[in-house]
Amino acid sequence: MSEPATDRPKVVPGEMSVQAASKSYGAVAFRKEVVRECSFTVERAKLTVMVGPSGCGKSTLIRLLAGFEAPTTGGILLDGAPVDGPSRDRLVLFQETALFPWMTTWDNILYGPRARGELTREALEFAEFLLAKVGLRDFRDKYPGQLSGGMQRRAELARAMINNPKVMILDEPFRGLDAMTKELMWEYYAGLYEENRRTNFFVTTDIDEAVFLADRILVMSNIPTQVRAVIEVDLPRPRRLSDMVESDRANDIKKQALSILHAEAMRSFSRGSKAAADFVDAYLKRSGG
Amino acid sequence: MTGGLGKILASRSFWLGAASIAVFLLLWEIGSRSKQWMAPEFFAPFKQLLVAMGFKKDYLPWIGAVPAPSAVLKSWIAVLGQQGYWQSWYMSLFRVASGFFAAMLIGIPFGLLLAVNRVAQGIGFPVFEVLRPIPPLAWVPASIIFWPTQESAIIFITFLGAFYTIVINVLGGARSIDVRYFQAAQSMGASRWDIFRRIILPGTLPSIVVGSAVGMGITWEVVVAAEMISGGGSQAAGSGGGLGFFIWNSYVGGSYEQIVVGMISIGIAGFVSSELLRWGGRFVTPWLKVR
Repeated sequence: MSEPATDRPKVVPGEMSVQAASKSYGAVAFRKEVVRECSFTVERAKLTVMVGPSGCGKSTLIRLLAGFEAPTTGGILLDGAPVDGPSRDRLVLFQETALFPWMTTWDNILYGPRARGELTREALEFAEFLLAKVGLRDFRDKYPGQLSGGMQRRAELARAMINNPKVMILDEPFRGLDAMTKELMWEYYAGLYEENRRTNFFVTTDIDEAVFLADRILVMSNIPTQVRAVIEVDLPRPRRLSDMVESDRANDIKKQALSILHAEAMRSFSRGSKAAADFVDAYLKRSGG
Repeated sequence: MTGGLGKILASRSFWLGAASIAVFLLLWEIGSRSKQWMAPEFFAPFKQLLVAMGFKKDYLPWIGAVPAPSAVLKSWIAVLGQQGYWQSWYMSLFRVASGFFAAMLIGIPFGLLLAVNRVAQGIGFPVFEVLRPIPPLAWVPASIIFWPTQESAIIFITFLGAFYTIVINVLGGARSIDVRYFQAAQSMGASRWDIFRRIILPGTLPSIVVGSAVGMGITWEVVVAAEMISGGGSQAAGSGGGLGFFIWNSYVGGSYEQIVVGMISIGIAGFVSSELLRWGGRFVTPWLKVR
């Protein structure tokens, strides 16, 4: 952690903007709109956290940002240029580990440079640096199956960072870790972010996680997904868990986010029953005619 | 090596296995020496139960006709010195190896092609699926007609035994690779070729190993039957041969001990080839054994 990051390839953070993006699935008759006219910005060199109830379409938004899928309408831009297809500029850390099980930690980290034919001396040195940075030097020749959950997440962070993405997208990356490991990963990840101020887009269902990590919190509505509120988190950095527990400000922000989420949950609850009624109506009409 | 052997000798499962085989041989010896229907006297209650359930004596196996293990062993030792016995081994091994490697050589690329290319799948898969339910042994007459030599016919049938299993496993294995691996690789700038070489190929490898192991088992079943049918039918000396023919020949010649010798030989051959394959499989998929 003490090594200077200055001799590393310079990180150029990007800024992403989602402009009135909508995404629907299914054939016309059974169309389900998951994202509706959603607009927000993932600000440059900031850690933006998106919270929302599970199943609210966050993962769909991630697929749009990463370029695995295109929005039905609307646009997604990175530094003003439209996103078309996956790219090393926007790397995703998936919910459960997506390390290649047949490669050692070292080969996993080097996957990107090797795939692009950029296996230079600098790349190898950078990989060495990252391996040490994520504390996996002793696990260099181990397979992902031999690593603990927390180690796998760290190896994956290294595998992403070696590509110097303009934006890092993290889809509930610490889900499934035990509480202790999870909190350690929060501090660890916050430290990484504070060091190089990459643009990070982090998705979670965990409010504590959101408040601890975020510069900005986007609170999402239920399906179809829209941004319900944006909360600026002005807590000082570097952040430590011990400080956060005692911070009144952190608790205020948490309460604020929770009340919005609660209102959203209540609303979707009532709307849910109406949607069900509409569906039954439409179905009766169709079968009658 | 000695450490490994010591470990095996110290393990509980080894002695349980040895005891199980010993008990099996003992019962077999007793049953065989009794020269009776079904089983010796101490199985009488069981026998009466079966008779009471409506089984007639005629439906029960003539255990007494089975040669005893001691007799089989004697016959085996005698046969060990004969060139014909080893020739049978060689013939069967050669056919299994040829058919099996041909199945791997053609089946693995074919399965991968079906998995990665929609057009190839659209063209290839229907024909494959129509031919697949035909048991390899149903091909025996046709392949004797179509192939120039009997040898090539037997190898072809052996090939069929492993081919379908290998293709199905490769196809299923390649299809079940987690989509996130592809997405991750794509995001990091991997080309299609790189994804094929470093994601699809290693991701399919465990299924290739499984498919090959299953295919190897089928190969032995098929080769023995094919040898009995085609080799056993032809009287020409030299042609045919193989362990399947060895059994058939022993049957025709009335040497019942030799039938059992042939059966056990096939058991050993199948076991050894499966073990070799499993060993090779562990070697090419080192990440699977580490957990």
